[in-house]
Amino acid sequence: MSQSRDMTRREWLLSDAPQTRRQARLGAIYQGWLTFRANKLAMLGLIILVILIGMAIFAPWLAPQSPFTQNLAGRLQPPSGEHLLGTDALGRDILSRLIYGSRITLFIVGTVALIAPIIGLFIGTVAGFTGGWTDQVLMRITDIFLAFPKLILALAFVAALGASIGNAVLALALTAWPPYARLARAETLTIRNADYIAAARLQGAGPMRLLIRHVWPLCISSLIVRVALDMAGIILSAAGLGFLGLGAQPPMPEWGAMISDGRTYILDFWWVAAMPGLAIFIVSLAFNLLGDGLRDVLDPKGTKE
Amino acid sequence: MAHSDSGGRSQSPPLSNADRRAARHRRLRNLSGTVLSLALTLLGLLLVTFIIGRVMPIDPVLKVVGDRATQAQYDAAYRAMGLDQPLYIQFAGYIRDVLSGDFGRSISTGQMVIDDIKRVFPATLELATLGTFIGVFVGVPLGVIAAARRGGLIDQIARVVALVGYSMPIFWLGLMGLLVFYGILGWVGGPGRQSIIYDGMVPSVTGLILVDSLLAGDWPAFKDAFSHIILPASLLGYFSLAYISRMTRSFMLEQLSAEYITTARVKGLSERAVIWRHAFRNIAIPLVTVIALSFGSLLEGSVLTEIIFSWPGLGQYITKSLLAGDMNAVLGGTIVVGTSFIALNLLSDLLYRVLDPRSK
Amino acid sequence: MKHLMTSRALLLASAIALAPAAYAETPADTLVVAAAIDDIISLDPAQSFEFSGNDVNNNTYDRLVDFDPLDLDKGFQPSLAESWEVAEDGLSITFTMREGVTFHSGNPVRAEDAAWSLQRAVKLDKTPAFILTQFGFTADNVEEKISFDGDKLTLTLDKPYAPSFVLNCLTANIASVVDKETVMSHAEGDDMGNTWLNTNEAGSGAFELAAWQPNQAVQFTAYEGYWQGAPEMKRVVVRNVAESSAQRLLLEKGDIDAARNLTPTDVDSLGDVDGLKIKDEPRGRILYMGLSQKDELLSNPAVVEAMKYLVDYQGITDSFLKGMFMTHQAFLPKGYLGALEDQPWTYDVAKAKQILTDAGIEGGTITTKVRDLREYVDVAQALQASMAEAGLTLNIEMMTGAQVLDAYRAREVPIFLGEWGPDYSDPNTNAATFAYNPDNSDEAMATGLLAWRNSYAVPEAMNEATVAATLEQDGDKRAQMYQDIQRQYQAEAPIVPLFQRIENTGLQENVQNWNSGGSVTSVIYRQVTKGE
Repeated sequence: MSQSRDMTRREWLLSDAPQTRRQARLGAIYQGWLTFRANKLAMLGLIILVILIGMAIFAPWLAPQSPFTQNLAGRLQPPSGEHLLGTDALGRDILSRLIYGSRITLFIVGTVALIAPIIGLFIGTVAGFTGGWTDQVLMRITDIFLAFPKLILALAFVAALGASIGNAVLALALTAWPPYARLARAETLTIRNADYIAAARLQGAGPMRLLIRHVWPLCISSLIVRVALDMAGIILSAAGLGFLGLGAQPPMPEWGAMISDGRTYILDFWWVAAMPGLAIFIVSLAFNLLGDGLRDVLDPKGTKE
Repeated sequence: MAHSDSGGRSQSPPLSNADRRAARHRRLRNLSGTVLSLALTLLGLLLVTFIIGRVMPIDPVLKVVGDRATQAQYDAAYRAMGLDQPLYIQFAGYIRDVLSGDFGRSISTGQMVIDDIKRVFPATLELATLGTFIGVFVGVPLGVIAAARRGGLIDQIARVVALVGYSMPIFWLGLMGLLVFYGILGWVGGPGRQSIIYDGMVPSVTGLILVDSLLAGDWPAFKDAFSHIILPASLLGYFSLAYISRMTRSFMLEQLSAEYITTARVKGLSERAVIWRHAFRNIAIPLVTVIALSFGSLLEGSVLTEIIFSWPGLGQYITKSLLAGDMNAVLGGTIVVGTSFIALNLLSDLLYRVLDPRSK
Repeated sequence: MKHLMTSRALLLASAIALAPAAYAETPADTLVVAAAIDDIISLDPAQSFEFSGNDVNNNTYDRLVDFDPLDLDKGFQPSLAESWEVAEDGLSITFTMREGVTFHSGNPVRAEDAAWSLQRAVKLDKTPAFILTQFGFTADNVEEKISFDGDKLTLTLDKPYAPSFVLNCLTANIASVVDKETVMSHAEGDDMGNTWLNTNEAGSGAFELAAWQPNQAVQFTAYEGYWQGAPEMKRVVVRNVAESSAQRLLLEKGDIDAARNLTPTDVDSLGDVDGLKIKDEPRGRILYMGLSQKDELLSNPAVVEAMKYLVDYQGITDSFLKGMFMTHQAFLPKGYLGALEDQPWTYDVAKAKQILTDAGIEGGTITTKVRDLREYVDVAQALQASMAEAGLTLNIEMMTGAQVLDAYRAREVPIFLGEWGPDYSDPNTNAATFAYNPDNSDEAMATGLLAWRNSYAVPEAMNEATVAATLEQDGDKRAQMYQDIQRQYQAEAPIVPLFQRIENTGLQENVQNWNSGGSVTSVIYRQVTKGE
């Protein structure tokens, strides 16, 4: 211990001979961070996302106007000093709507990115670990969902449940889980017969315990990479649902719905549709850059591409 | 250059005859298993669609009889559509009809679903095929070069191109593309498959207007159809090239780090030969699968692209029918999508067997 | 591989360079129209009840009486019937058929065909059948009530209805005269040719149906043997183009002659383009606000009154509905007998607030369903904003038209925002749905009546007045009766007419005599010409 106190924190983290398990784990994370930081594009993505989160949290202070206040006399104004990104068909400030809209986007992406991998993890590991009929049935179900055109399936769900943000999230999660299930199953198959699983089993661990304590932790890192890479896709699907009028309901400033609003005016008032489109593009690009960087850290061989 | 051929073949790891026989046997069994499981998938797909259709709070009867119908007229239509039967009888009846080639009648177009599909599927097929062509002919070389010059300028460009492709909302890009290339510059044709004046002018043989107009020798009609399809096809092509170029790159990187490549280089083969004749040949199999998958996803009908470009294709057909509660049409569309999924899977499996030197 | 690539790239490049930007103009004898026509589900006049289906039938069929496309204000005019006579007791009307008129098949148009067409519509009992059955026709009695003899056709009514009421109903699509011999040769079972007519045509109109591709296009060719002379346009192509911006671009590029679904902003910009013009026609559709009396808050008369002052009539018709709707606060559209043009309400939040305060209403929340059409959603959002100023919260759920309609017919839409289109060109078409509801109970299932859908118990006196107006033989008196009903309606009804639809058709400068059908009928192509 006295020896480690003489080292700088950096040296402690990068030590070749970690003395505690915690040091080793923190060291690995730090190593990863160094790799990640060296990737300029990934850092750019991270910065954009931090800004986005900041925007969502501080929306009431950042937005120059209310996102809902209408002004029919001042509708479809081009970008100007007063309205940096112009106004929409009901005279609402587009910049303010974009800023508030970041909350919706983050909510959708966050929730879907939480729900879908968990469903997938559960189904995939159970299938892979149990094998036999359970495996067959679960994988058939996965295949069915995989064979379905994604957007149409989501559409059907939303149409069945009613249009709202909550249902859009649910629909996206329900269409997004199959790839995770396959991934989790593949990972499970490779570790199912590992010696330490057998050892744990000999020690009397039940199947649930084996699954939760020994299988899940090993699947998580590859799932995280996959989630990071899928985030942008989720944003785009959510925007697609919004564009079709099946996501957030008016007057909520959901970006996809804003594009759909602006579509009517595209020839004369291009900014109404262009601005939310740019916002979607920038944010999903940021997620992609981040995902790319994370993959380099967590999965250096690039096997999950 | 001269000895590259023999060099190429000697690379696959040696297999014993017993190994080969076992592998072939396994693959055959796998193939029949695949067919069976895919058929089950299709059936499950239909069942899910059927159930969704029945729980959806959209009343198909109302679509048929309209807003002003009396209760008696409504009830008559309800019975005529068989909706008073229990769900499992409806489903069984539907499957029986489908097996005898009857897909039922669409309530939103008033026509037989099979005729509707004959009309809309070629539109999607044409778009998806051209899109995939663009994706392959740009994406594959881009991926190969990016891998060959890893970290170089082209690699960086390819990376950015792909990332931008993954990040772009396609419906937005389509809108902006229409605005710029059709609205402002006038370089391409507008929404739809043809200019209105050409509607119904070219006899329909395959349903693919590009092909039909060439068959009829109608050059202006071909040019017109081409000017309409090129923008949406390029958009879809861009998205598939983003995917294909990334996959090509990573397959190539894997090959290029293999030992046999080092051997080939040591033998003094030109870099070009190493890349194209050796490494590229070995990625052909997984690449075919990737291309088939990407083609499949375009075939499912790119709903949003079709909506933006008023493209009368399968995706739009299914979406519209779904929102009208027109389940015969949705089920018919699902069968087509499911069957293409199966066909493409089988095809890539087959190609795998043909191309994989180990299975010969 | 390399080889292939370059040759393909070359092909692509050259094809792009050669691609024509657009045709400069359409052929002189062809009329090319862009419209949203994806609502067609049937072309059988006994069944079709959608706007675009009626647009087709209006040109392929004739009726006993029709409108003059060059002067709709003249009202119904002799068409296949040369003349008619009303019996003294008002209980029957006898028509004399025009001679020498032939169907597209070459068969002559006889009184027998006309009688059979009406009988067929009653027997098939599809949705629009009520337009005929309201005169007492049923499947059982129709063969005696509608009879023919030589060139005479006689309708026997169950009450002495106003002749204008009966004749206006005969201008409706369901009264189209179909070719009996041709249709019966395609009959399947007892469907009287319904299946065949759903996708085919057997009329005597100025145009023959050349092709119908659902969701894509309808094509017509001129009928050279038309009794009023063959139309000048030899071919009419109606292409399904859903988007206004796409229609506008097609028009600007000269690819089409007429664009029928332009948004106000697109109309605005087209007005400045050389070589193009805009034709405005008030249509019959009324955009109204239905306040369900099942909703606790909305069943308070003070809230109903306040809501009438919370619509920014002027602001809305000057901005996002500009040129597309005009303010119209009575249920009979302009252009109809007895239409009322009084506008008692203006946008006045302060007054609305006062009304609510006086009634002791502190505020409240309403969640409603709105169809996902741009104009409805925008009106809903404008209402949402002004209601918020008055202390009322409105939550909006966007849905497809089918979903909203389902809920509306189940009396489950608290605030309905949408349009009502007249079914025939007589004032009774709107009066009988807005101002008539004899049984307001859930069990009545009078799903066709707007008053019932909004759970509005129409006062007994108003129910009676609505019925009495259909029997008034004198035209002026009849008009006066409808005006009185509408005034009373404005004073107390929870169904608030807001705007009347105006159709803006974008046209090439050389297109003459375009007629979308005004407020009383559907589009008519036969009088259209194309000058230099």
